[in-house]
Amino acid sequence: MLGLNKKDTSLLIVVAILTLLAPFILNPFPTDSAMAQFNAGYPDLMQRFVIFGIFAIGFNILFGLTGYLSFGHAAFLGVGSYSAVWMFKLLSYSVIPAIALSVVVAGLFSLLIGFVSLRRSGIYFSILTLAFAQMSFALAYSVLSNPKFNLTNGETGLQVYSDDPQILQSANAPDLPHLFGVPMRATYTLDVGAWSFDFNAGYYMCAVIMMVVFYLAIRIFRSPFGMMLRAVKSNQQRMNYTGLNSKPYTLAAFVISGMYAGLAGGLMAAMDPLAGAERMQWTASGEVVLMTILGGSGTLIGPVLGAGFIKYFENIFSKINDNVLHSWFAFLPDGLEDAVVFVIHPFIGKGWHLTLGILFMLVVIYLPGGLVEGGQRILNRLKRKKPQTDETKSGESEPAE
Amino acid sequence: MAILKVKDVSKRFGGLKALTDVNLSVEENSVHAIIGPNGAGKSTLLNCLVGKLMPDTGAVLFDNASVLGLEPYQINQMGISRVFQTPEIFGELTVMENMLIPIFAMRDGAFRMHAYETIANETAIVEQAEAMLEEMNMADKRHMHSASLSRGDKRRLEIGMCLSQNPRLLLLDEPTAGMARADTNNTIDLLKQIKDERDITIAIIEHDMHVVFSLAERITVLAQGTPLVEDVPEKIRGHPKVREAYLGEAA
Repeated sequence: MLGLNKKDTSLLIVVAILTLLAPFILNPFPTDSAMAQFNAGYPDLMQRFVIFGIFAIGFNILFGLTGYLSFGHAAFLGVGSYSAVWMFKLLSYSVIPAIALSVVVAGLFSLLIGFVSLRRSGIYFSILTLAFAQMSFALAYSVLSNPKFNLTNGETGLQVYSDDPQILQSANAPDLPHLFGVPMRATYTLDVGAWSFDFNAGYYMCAVIMMVVFYLAIRIFRSPFGMMLRAVKSNQQRMNYTGLNSKPYTLAAFVISGMYAGLAGGLMAAMDPLAGAERMQWTASGEVVLMTILGGSGTLIGPVLGAGFIKYFENIFSKINDNVLHSWFAFLPDGLEDAVVFVIHPFIGKGWHLTLGILFMLVVIYLPGGLVEGGQRILNRLKRKKPQTDETKSGESEPAE
Repeated sequence: MAILKVKDVSKRFGGLKALTDVNLSVEENSVHAIIGPNGAGKSTLLNCLVGKLMPDTGAVLFDNASVLGLEPYQINQMGISRVFQTPEIFGELTVMENMLIPIFAMRDGAFRMHAYETIANETAIVEQAEAMLEEMNMADKRHMHSASLSRGDKRRLEIGMCLSQNPRLLLLDEPTAGMARADTNNTIDLLKQIKDERDITIAIIEHDMHVVFSLAERITVLAQGTPLVEDVPEKIRGHPKVREAYLGEAA
């Protein structure tokens, strides 16, 4: 289907079903139950799942295929957000020109940064991208925010004010980002018994876009171009002596992943019309590296899983506090209860980074192929238990890995 | 007609004269060997031919066009393929993919943004790659990761990758270095077969005299960065200057 082989088609269908049914899948617990805090099916978080999914899919095209580790991809995300907010300020609250411009501007910006950074490889390339991203952050945070020329609105962040031109904004259109008049914030809540499910317009727009770009990523992975990118990672010397110029291939991958990042940034601004410099900071660049490695770099679905995993932990673990812990361990004798809470305390709330760090270490040490490798191992073990199944199939590995 | 001409090429590394006024011409459709003791400048000379090193003086002409100052991929696109001393292949890719890449490079040039096409739909290229794997006796290994091939198979694959581009000149840098006798003989047989079946010029740099004398039609002996003699193998074998270069003054 759609020019994909059977395995990729089924992967795409599974991803489509999961994203479309996410409001149900992520809200398995009744609203009033004690477990409700593990529900992730609220619009804000679901939007972040797919937006960071797009960011990580794009990053994986560069890192997973060519092996070039960029530490500055947040710069493209930030540039995308600023472009989108500028479109809201100048044209109208329609998200289409905003998202289109964010992709184009991020593409041009990544062409510039990539052209310079790709003169080096390995650690030097990573440092160059990091330097560029930090320069972009500094530009956005202070340099390009002065009374004479205020492009980014500095610390406050760029937002839409009532005296902005908005030349195409019609009188009856919603006064916040919308797609053909449907506001991004529009949410329909379905109550079924004790459960409640949120269907958010913005989430579904992001989800559809994610499926489109996921499909494009599969096409790139399976194309001759994708094979050349893997050749860059494998042996550049052989590539050059085979009549191939590895530079434009790597640059093309860099620009494509920069455009994915810009798209993610544009969508972020479309969900909430605000762009701040902190989106470009190096921690944001590092986060997408973690997502890709945690999920499984070089695999198709890995980055999406990694993005979901990290965003889930960030939002759910950080909400657990000592009171919640005390209520969980109330059945223990008082002294023991306090002791248990004391031990767990550093790993929750603001300390969720600690939990994430430990999980990341465990994955890197025991599952170098990320969550995808973990899933494959479990599948293989299940297959081995059934003697009838075809043994040769379990030994087959994804060609993209 | 000479397909490759090296004229007065010199190359220094600091105080070391690696090559001094090297003149050499390789005839079309011949097998030309360049031999010499360690440090004679064989590898430096080869690197000057493929764009890895830039000679200080002199000219290198391939088919009467200068290759100096060109990048290795440009020189390859002119019709020169190189086999390395240790096989350089795409280890993480499958044997089939290794074979596809040079054929794509030959058809599409140094860069093409074929990001929306599917490899399976490129039937002409897939067929060419299949045929070349067949010729190299590697068709049954097509789905293996090439890093897990044996040393001899890696060498076969690399030679196959070079041949799949139908190069006019094939450069071999000590193709049997570090190989067991059986693998060496297999490689010699393969190269003989290539020479007989194709219109191809082969230039080979080699240490192993057994390989050189079983393949070469002409031999250039290089010593201390300068060609000592050039002749047919029969004359080289007993040449006093060659013996001297290899065994030292005492001989």
